[in-house]
Amino acid sequence: MYDFFVKLDRRWIFLMMGLAVAIPILTQLKFPETPSPMVMDVYNAIEQLPEGSNVLLAYDYDPASEGELQPMASAFTRHCARKKHNMYFMTLWPQGPPMVARSEAILKSEFPDYKYGEDYVSLGFRTGNEGVIKLMTTDLRALYANDVRGTNLDDIPMTKNLKNIQKMDLIVNVSAGTPGSKEWVQYAATPYDIKMVAGTTGVGAPALYPYIPNQLHGVLGAIKAAAEYEQAMMNRYEDLQDNDNAQEGLRRMGPQLVGHMLMIALIILGNVIYFTQKSREASR
Amino acid sequence: MKQSTLVWTALMLLGGGFLVYRASTAGMGQVYVRAVEVDPEGDAAGWTNEVAVQPNQRSEPDVRLSWSRTIGLWIAAFFTFAIFSFLWGDNAIYKFAEAVFIGSSAGYAMVIGFWDGIIVLLFRRLTPGLMRDSFLPSVPDDATISWWFLVPLVFGLMMLWRLAPTGGWISRWALAFFIGATAGLRLIAYFESDFVEQIRSTIMPLVVMAPTWQVTLGHTLKNLTVLAGILTCIVYFFFSVEHKGVVGRVARVGIWFLMITFGAGFGYTVMGRIALLSGRFEFLFDDWLWIIDPVGKRLGM
Repeated sequence: MYDFFVKLDRRWIFLMMGLAVAIPILTQLKFPETPSPMVMDVYNAIEQLPEGSNVLLAYDYDPASEGELQPMASAFTRHCARKKHNMYFMTLWPQGPPMVARSEAILKSEFPDYKYGEDYVSLGFRTGNEGVIKLMTTDLRALYANDVRGTNLDDIPMTKNLKNIQKMDLIVNVSAGTPGSKEWVQYAATPYDIKMVAGTTGVGAPALYPYIPNQLHGVLGAIKAAAEYEQAMMNRYEDLQDNDNAQEGLRRMGPQLVGHMLMIALIILGNVIYFTQKSREASR
Repeated sequence: MKQSTLVWTALMLLGGGFLVYRASTAGMGQVYVRAVEVDPEGDAAGWTNEVAVQPNQRSEPDVRLSWSRTIGLWIAAFFTFAIFSFLWGDNAIYKFAEAVFIGSSAGYAMVIGFWDGIIVLLFRRLTPGLMRDSFLPSVPDDATISWWFLVPLVFGLMMLWRLAPTGGWISRWALAFFIGATAGLRLIAYFESDFVEQIRSTIMPLVVMAPTWQVTLGHTLKNLTVLAGILTCIVYFFFSVEHKGVVGRVARVGIWFLMITFGAGFGYTVMGRIALLSGRFEFLFDDWLWIIDPVGKRLGM
C-alpha cells in the first residue's frame, strides 16, 4: 500500500479533484448557509442605508476571476436595487466592462422599473489604475466626460451635478487584485472617510483584514462569503428563494465541501506517507 | 503506439462520440438571440442590437439561432479543454491556447488603452472639434482646447523616442517625471492608510468592559491576540538584535503567527481555485452540454 501511494501518478489526484467538483455540480448538491458576523457587517452596510442613497460599485475583476467574484457582484447589485439605491458602476480593469454589463443585465431583467441614467449609470473603464481613484475623489470630470455609452455626463440626471465621489454614501468594491480594494482604501476610503465594503478573491482576502473596521467596514472573502451573503438576502427577501439566478454562490458551495474534504484527506495522507518514509529511513 | 497517445486517442474518440450523440438527441451548445431595435438620438441613424435569450424561447417568432455566438461558445469550450490538457502534460494544444490567450489579452488591452488614454482623455482635450465630428459625438459644442494636455502629449512622444535608433536617453526625462509622481502619490497613500491608520487601529483597550462593568472575555482575548501578533511579528523582522534568549523566543512566537496567517491564506486560495474550477464546469455542463439546468434556461424544451 505504501509503495502504491509513493508511486501514485499525480494525474490520479487531478482526476479525483475533478470528480469531487464535477459530481456535486451534476447532482446539484446545495446546502443552507449561516451568515457570519463579517458577512452581516457588509450586508448591513447596504441594508441600513436610507433608500435612494448613492452607492459607487467598482467592479475590478475580469473573466479569469468571474467564477469566484460574479456571485458577490450580482448579490451586491440585487441588494442595492432592492433598497432603491442610486448605483454608479465603474471598473479599473480593461476587461471589466463586460463584468459590469452582467450586473446591468440583472437590473434589466429583474428590476424593469430601474431606469438607466436615473437609477443607475455605468461610467465604464478608465486607464490609470489608482490615479483614476485619486482624481475621482477631487474632480470626476477630469477623467469622465461621458459614460460608457458615450453620453455626456452633463446630460445624465444622475451625474450632471456630481463633482466627485466624496459625497458617495458607500463604496462597494469587488476586486481580483491590483488595482482593487487596497487602492480604494488607500486613495478614497481612508483620506476622505468614505464608508466602504469589499468583496475579494480568496487569495486577496487576508491582505484586507488589517483595514477592518476603521478603514473598511467589512470584507466578503471568496465564494463562501458570497454564498452567506446570498443566504442573508434570502432570509430578508423571501421571494429570492425562488430565484435560482440569485443562488449562484450557494450552488458553488456543494463542490467546495466535497473538494475541501478531498483536500483535507490528501493532506493527511501526504503527512502519513512523509512520516512513514522518515521512520523507514531512520530504521535503516 | 505510445501509451499516452493511445489514451489521448481513446479520450478524443469517446468525447467526440458523446458530442455527436448529445447534439443529435437532446441538443446542446446553441445560442439564440432576439433582435432589439435601438431608438436613435437626434438625427443619428437607428440600429439593431442582438440580445441573447434563453434556449426555451427559441420557438418565439423574433428569436433566431446566432451562428457567431454559437461558434464562440464552442471555441470557449475547446479552449477550456485545451487549458485543462496541461494537467496531463505539456502539449501543443495547451501551448496554442496559451499563445492565443496572451495575444488576444495583449491586443485587447492595447486597443482599450489607446482608445481610453489617447482618444478619450488626450485628443478629446486637444482637438475637441475633430473628435466631435469623428469618434466622440458627445463632445459639447462649447468645448475648448485644453493646452495643458500638450504636456502629456510631449511626454508620451518622449517615451516613444526609446524606439528610435538614437536619442533613447530623451525618454528618461518623461520616465523620471512618471516615477517621481507615482512614488510621491504612493508614499502619501501608504503613509496615511498603511502606517498612521494601522497604528491607530492597534491602539485598543487590553481589557474590554461591558457597560455593566463586566469584562467581555471574547473581545479582550481578541485584542490581546492582535497585540501579541503585532509585537511578536515585529520582533521577528527586527534583525538588529540576534534572535536568541528572550528575543529568540518572542520571534519564534512571531513565526507561529506568520505560519497561521500563511495557512489561512492557503485555505482561502484552495477555496478560490475550487470556485474557479466549479465555474468552468458549470459552463461546460450548463451552457455547452446542456446536461444541467440550474436556473431553468431550458425548462419546457
